[in-house]
Amino acid sequence: MIAWTIYITFAGAIVILFLPGIFTRWIALFTSIAGFAVGVMTFVRPDVDLAHFTTVVRVSWVPALAMNYHLALDGISLVLVLVTGIAAISAVLFSWDVRERAKEFFFWLLLVVAGSYGVFLSADLFLLFLFYELVIVPKYFLIAIFGSTNKEYGAMKLTLYSFFGGALVFLGILAAYAAAGSLDLNQLAQFQFSPELQSWAFPVLFLGFAVLAGIWPLHTWAPTGHVAAPTAGSMLLAGIVMKLGAYAGLRVAMNLFPQGFQLWRNSFAVLAVIGIVYAAAVALRQRDLKFVIGYSSVSHMGFVLLGLASANVFGVSGAVLQMFSHGVIGALLFAVAGTMIYRRTHTRDLDALSAMNLRRALPFAAFTFVVASAASMGIPGFSGFAAEITILIGVWKTYPIAVWIVGAGMVLVAAFTLRALKRSFFDVDLATADAAPPEMEPITIPEKLGAGLLMFATLAVGLYPKILLDRIQPAVETLRFLK
Amino acid sequence: MSYLELLKLASPETVVVVTALAVLAIGLTKLNSKTICSFMTAAGLAIAAVAVLMLPRHATLFGGMLVISPLNSLFKIICLALAFVTVPVAASEISLRNSGEFLAMLLLGTVGLMLLVGAEELLTIFIGLELLGLSLYVMAAFDKIDIRSAEAGLKYFLFGSTASAFTLFGISLIYGMTGATALASIGQKLAASNFEPLLAVGVVMTLIGFAFKIAAAPFHLWAPDAYQGAPIPSAAFIASASKVASFVVLGKIVFVGFGPFHGSSAWHAMLAGWSPALAALAALSILLGNFVALAQTNVRRLLAYSAVAHGGYTLLGLVAGGRDGFAATLFYTTIYAVTLVGAFAVTGIVRRETGGDDLQNFAGLAARSPLAAACMSIFMLSLAGLPPLAGFFGKFYLFSVAFRADRGLLWLVIVALFGSFVSLYYYLIVLKFVFIESAPEPRSSLASPRFVTNATIAVLAAAVLFFGLLPQTLTARIIATLP
Repeated sequence: MIAWTIYITFAGAIVILFLPGIFTRWIALFTSIAGFAVGVMTFVRPDVDLAHFTTVVRVSWVPALAMNYHLALDGISLVLVLVTGIAAISAVLFSWDVRERAKEFFFWLLLVVAGSYGVFLSADLFLLFLFYELVIVPKYFLIAIFGSTNKEYGAMKLTLYSFFGGALVFLGILAAYAAAGSLDLNQLAQFQFSPELQSWAFPVLFLGFAVLAGIWPLHTWAPTGHVAAPTAGSMLLAGIVMKLGAYAGLRVAMNLFPQGFQLWRNSFAVLAVIGIVYAAAVALRQRDLKFVIGYSSVSHMGFVLLGLASANVFGVSGAVLQMFSHGVIGALLFAVAGTMIYRRTHTRDLDALSAMNLRRALPFAAFTFVVASAASMGIPGFSGFAAEITILIGVWKTYPIAVWIVGAGMVLVAAFTLRALKRSFFDVDLATADAAPPEMEPITIPEKLGAGLLMFATLAVGLYPKILLDRIQPAVETLRFLK
Repeated sequence: MSYLELLKLASPETVVVVTALAVLAIGLTKLNSKTICSFMTAAGLAIAAVAVLMLPRHATLFGGMLVISPLNSLFKIICLALAFVTVPVAASEISLRNSGEFLAMLLLGTVGLMLLVGAEELLTIFIGLELLGLSLYVMAAFDKIDIRSAEAGLKYFLFGSTASAFTLFGISLIYGMTGATALASIGQKLAASNFEPLLAVGVVMTLIGFAFKIAAAPFHLWAPDAYQGAPIPSAAFIASASKVASFVVLGKIVFVGFGPFHGSSAWHAMLAGWSPALAALAALSILLGNFVALAQTNVRRLLAYSAVAHGGYTLLGLVAGGRDGFAATLFYTTIYAVTLVGAFAVTGIVRRETGGDDLQNFAGLAARSPLAAACMSIFMLSLAGLPPLAGFFGKFYLFSVAFRADRGLLWLVIVALFGSFVSLYYYLIVLKFVFIESAPEPRSSLASPRFVTNATIAVLAAAVLFFGLLPQTLTARIIATLP
């Protein structure tokens, strides 16, 4: 049943191309809601085994190469399917005003979503790689056609980085395939790869995936890409696409090559810590609001990588929870910056924004941004706190020193978030504080719905993280590298 | 062996020759109509394909001069199909004045292809090569008032005849060493004899002729001018069908004829033979083709350099060897040919509308002709190797075969992956012009695109998508025909 997320979304993308333009955004909305609904229905069903990567569909595809069309589901996949659904719905809602070339826009958008569902559910290495690469081109067109600042550069950079990561992944997949003669992830997870193979295949594969997760120093596509992208593009990038890399790194690289992982995890932990602190420090100096958020994405994804590198149940479960949490929060931040602010003010420059008295002009935007910032900083009660505290508990067991450094990094995160918040909305100059706010188009209903959905998600998971952790943890415990 | 039986076994070739003569005759009369000639050509090719289907499964004439086997029959049909799709491209090309003559040349070239595919004896192979070559030289120079076309024809002719001389010399050496021209008996003789330097000279010289045909570096120098200068249908035919047939024959020569003299191309264990020679050609072609393509501003020149690179990828399967390797090469060259005919057909449309085929002429194609733009994106992305298109599976197949055959071939796989990473840039540049740049000024359309051309590119694009989603339909057939 969960496989329908993929089919519905692909079907929606195709239907959009062939129906008249007035239906376009409605089809996109219904498609994304249907995809999410399928995810929720699976989520609430008690009889689904989420502890193991259970096969959903398995059809022979290319027998000569042992390729199967094989989808499977466990708690980790399900949580990521849910965040994909949430990000997709809100991305469509925040693109409600796209009129020019709308068919193409929503076609590419739904392809990204469908490909992401595919990655999260694939249980065949070739299939996973196919969906993974499928996401690359739609991103290019979304950004290069519909983006803003420096869009062609940002789009090309992002695409080439993704494709470079893809080439590394390809090599790692070939190594696994040649050694084991199978592409089935569950079979490969039982196979004993030689330590010599693992020692070089793991870093190649993991690094290839981590490019998309924004690992330092291969993260530079992320800020430029986020800034260049249209709002929905940045929401999908931050909300889903960066998770593809982290998820595949966990599902494929770590699970297939546990010894390689043990050998290399210290190095990747160091890169993750550098990424967290470095990106936060850079964000502190940005003038463009979207750059601030772009670097904050890199910093938050650093937590995911650090959690994965900690190699214990807490760290890895926290990493998965952080993928969900940042998917929601990142999408919310970009929605505020890209649509609520930029579309109305036509600037994202913090100095220019601070003179606009936006708090009075756009009170709902100010409220949303406060919530998003609080969630991003890791204030208790929001999902960011639940996720990061779980990660840090896990990391404490393996790398206590990293916790101290990252703790300092979190102060930086709070600093740049508060700075962005103050400069954009609350820079009250006493002389103009009571002046009438500039006339701006009020926040529309689709925007309020989209923001409401994202805020609800981060708050719900923040107040009751068990709802996700109960499904993530059993699945994490069965992963091979923890044994 | 009676003549009647010979005629029966050679019926497909006979049909094509008779059609060629008939089309030539019509071209000489007052009736010289493009439509009639095109229909006759298409009908002749279709009848020939049916005749191929009606041949017995296995037959050998005159010690391998004409061999009928499932493999040969399959590729005869593929060559006929490629010639078939070239016909509508030729019909919509305005620069061809005497379409009767042109189509007759196309048909004679097709006979050359069929001889080439059907022969397992060096002399017949050489005759096939020459028949094909002579037809192609004429086709390349067919646009008599365009100096570019004359240049293309002359260059192709000079390089081609030199390469033929090399091949003939190589064949004579091999005949001198083994006393045989049939591939199977050459193979047996070589297996019994010791390695001699003169044999290496013979093998390398024979390979040069084919390296020329498939435009592998450093024998590619004719390709850019021929692709750019020749009339579009000629260029499409040179780049597609001629290449497919060359790879089929090359595969048979190296596997059956030179089989015992394989050598090794593993990184630390290079051993003299044809395999390291092909590996060197492949690596050089991939690097040179991709890097030079980056700098091109003319789409046909860009396709030419990318063809050099693709020739390199395709050689990987032959270097890997074995049944899987040959199957991967055959699959890749087939889908590559389909893709390239499509790309040339779209270029033909653009050339007719705007009078040129530089990148600038593609600007705004998406607005002018959404169908052509969509098809072009399918062709370019398939060439770049992105899913779910046939090029993606083809590359996966080739690289995985090479990697699995011999771990020592890792260096070649890395070169190929790197090349394919570089190539994405210039394919995306083409698509950037198609989708993102707007045309500098509204041009008056010189001729509206014809239904036939649109149908052709749509069918070719559908084929690329189909073979990407269900590669099994073609791979299973190819594998089944290999011994």
